[in-house]
Amino acid sequence: MKQRYLGVIGIAAASVLALTACAGGDAGGDANTLKVAYQKFGQFTQMDAHMKQVKEEFEAANEGMTVELVPIEAQEADYFAKLALMNRSASTAPDVMYEDTFMVKTDVEAGYLAPLDDYIADWEDWEQFPENARQAGAGDDGKIYGIPMGTDTRAIWYNADILADAGVEVPWVPETWDDVLETAETIKSSSPDTIPFNIYSGKGQSEGASMQGFQMLLSGTDDELFDSDEQKWILGSQGFEDSLGFIEDIYQGGLGPTPQQALDKNIGTTINSEWIPGGELAMSLDGSWASGTWIESGSAPWPEWSDVMQVAPMPTQDGQDPGRTSMSGGWTLAMGAGSENKDAAWDFISTALSKDNSLSYDIAASQVAVRTDVAEDPEYTDANPTFGFFSELVADTHFRPANSDYSKISAEITVVMESVMTGQQTPEEAAATYDQAVIGIVGEENTMAASD
Amino acid sequence: MSTTAPTALGAPRAPGAARPAQKKRRPGRTLLRSAPLLPAVVLLGVFLLGPVISSLYGSLTDSSLSGASAANAEFIGLQNYADLFADPDFPKSVLLTLVFLVASALIGQNCLGLGLAVLMQSSHKAVRAIVGTIVVTAWVLPEIVASFAAYAFFNDGGTLNSMLTGLGIPGVNWLYVFPMLCVILANIWRGTAFSMLVYTAALNDVPPEITEAAEMDGARGWQRFILVTVPMIRRSISTNLMLTTLQTLSVFALIFVMTGGGPGTDSTTLPLLAYQEAFRFGELGFGTAIATILLLVGAVFGVLYIRALKPEVD
Repeated sequence: MKQRYLGVIGIAAASVLALTACAGGDAGGDANTLKVAYQKFGQFTQMDAHMKQVKEEFEAANEGMTVELVPIEAQEADYFAKLALMNRSASTAPDVMYEDTFMVKTDVEAGYLAPLDDYIADWEDWEQFPENARQAGAGDDGKIYGIPMGTDTRAIWYNADILADAGVEVPWVPETWDDVLETAETIKSSSPDTIPFNIYSGKGQSEGASMQGFQMLLSGTDDELFDSDEQKWILGSQGFEDSLGFIEDIYQGGLGPTPQQALDKNIGTTINSEWIPGGELAMSLDGSWASGTWIESGSAPWPEWSDVMQVAPMPTQDGQDPGRTSMSGGWTLAMGAGSENKDAAWDFISTALSKDNSLSYDIAASQVAVRTDVAEDPEYTDANPTFGFFSELVADTHFRPANSDYSKISAEITVVMESVMTGQQTPEEAAATYDQAVIGIVGEENTMAASD
Repeated sequence: MSTTAPTALGAPRAPGAARPAQKKRRPGRTLLRSAPLLPAVVLLGVFLLGPVISSLYGSLTDSSLSGASAANAEFIGLQNYADLFADPDFPKSVLLTLVFLVASALIGQNCLGLGLAVLMQSSHKAVRAIVGTIVVTAWVLPEIVASFAAYAFFNDGGTLNSMLTGLGIPGVNWLYVFPMLCVILANIWRGTAFSMLVYTAALNDVPPEITEAAEMDGARGWQRFILVTVPMIRRSISTNLMLTTLQTLSVFALIFVMTGGGPGTDSTTLPLLAYQEAFRFGELGFGTAIATILLLVGAVFGVLYIRALKPEVD
């Protein structure tokens, strides 16, 4: 009998062994090897191309140094988890990493990032970064931890042919949320096979759903997520419920993709490389970088895109001032706290973000340039007809709450979005669920009721 | 399995395996004879008990992927468990896990596996070979490949809906409308081969003279099966139930690929909930608490099988 139990235990032990084997990593890098971690996923291959180019340039200039590129092939949410797991162990922690601005403060608290102030002090190029761009990479302690590669704004991309065929006047400038919903209804009734409108939603899209989706709505209401003066999270606001109401109108009203399509983890790739070039989607609330997929160097080149696709700013809820809204984020390059050769890591970062390299990356990845010299360079402004529009949106843009609890709260937003889009909860119930979740994360003392 | 099944059945030993009967036992000798087991026991301690203890400890901290608690995780006692039991997603997830377990492993894989094994026993050699190959194919596929195959079958524009459309029946969005049914069927498809192999081995070792004797006594086919065959293979049943239960409790990739735990939380079983909390929301401690609960559920089932089927009594 014992034999059999041992057999069972043996199998269990073997599976545990296999699991722990996955967790182990290779030995830590030496001072002559720089480990650079970044995301490479679906249509986003521009960073990979950029890093390969910088690696060549860096190795040519620094003899004896080797750059080990670690492209993490995962969608956004998994990228954060994988990067954090790499950072947790000294043997796997990267020297240089591609870091989303909203994760900077959290990762600083976790001790993953090294401050760059000493290096910046001697860096001439720092003058080219305007103040708000500099703050994007700041930690709660005021030190700079990440150097921005580019920023972004968000708006509605629309297929002018589909709108014109449906009898909508083009160029189309919606003034309220209702205008957007009405146009979607018009398209639905005139061409039932076309998906009228897409707004990212649900857990699978993680930060994309929270920022491109939900916060593009909420920032157009009279309410906010976070009161930056009081440093408290706002609960029970009408704007929050109304924003969920918009999600409900789109998904339960049949104006968007089916919830199953929308919950597919690969929908972002599907939309920009299939639905939009194929004329299957009329309007898409997406980022300034979307055209990066269609340009010549993109992953799904579509030469006609600049004739067919146009952009309109996202309107505020009832057209309240300033009439339009946007959200901005962006990514930085940051240095690992455990790097064994910080000087070399800094050289790599400053090479990657030099004027020429920033210029080629911002054009390839359709980024809104942050360096003043790049933004003013004719090569940049002429490269893409939408750059002017998206850069100009910066005037009315919003930023995500600068608080280290944001990333957890953002994840809760995607949970309630998903329960509303699938009809499991009404916007009112979902808003209450969110309030409870926020209290659970930050404690009641760090929340406040919305002022009506 | 092939090594455990014959002994499990009390079948006549193969001549080579016969051992001379032991006449005397001396305690010192027993101890000495157990010595070669020591490395195995140590390995088990390190790799089996170690992770269990570390999981228990981890579930008592507020460790997270990022933020202040990633640098200095604090011991917070049973707070994670208190939060877990207050979380409305948790009871739903436990229920879904049990539904998944009972429907796909206990009923689906076991009954279908046993049924196939019985039918194959009395079928033609060629039929046996063909059916066996088809069933085992699903088991041989790597989990991720099998998961994508199941996704391609049930997905909105997938094989199932294409076939239904061909027959003039409008399909539905299976993964969205019936997420649990889809993952249960997929798990039955994938896991039946295992049960079938176990039961085929077990049935082959039921001595034909016993069933023949029962037949002489006038027992019908199903009576022979229930009253003679099942009791004789109950050790294999117990082992098989235990193994399929443990395998099914830890199924992750299949559900993750097919539905991602959704829509909403409609197919979020405990492993998916643990993954979501630990790696989506970065709450490692909380996720570990869920994993520990999963461990306990597995242990409870293990004890139940041993008690209910009494494999140690001959």
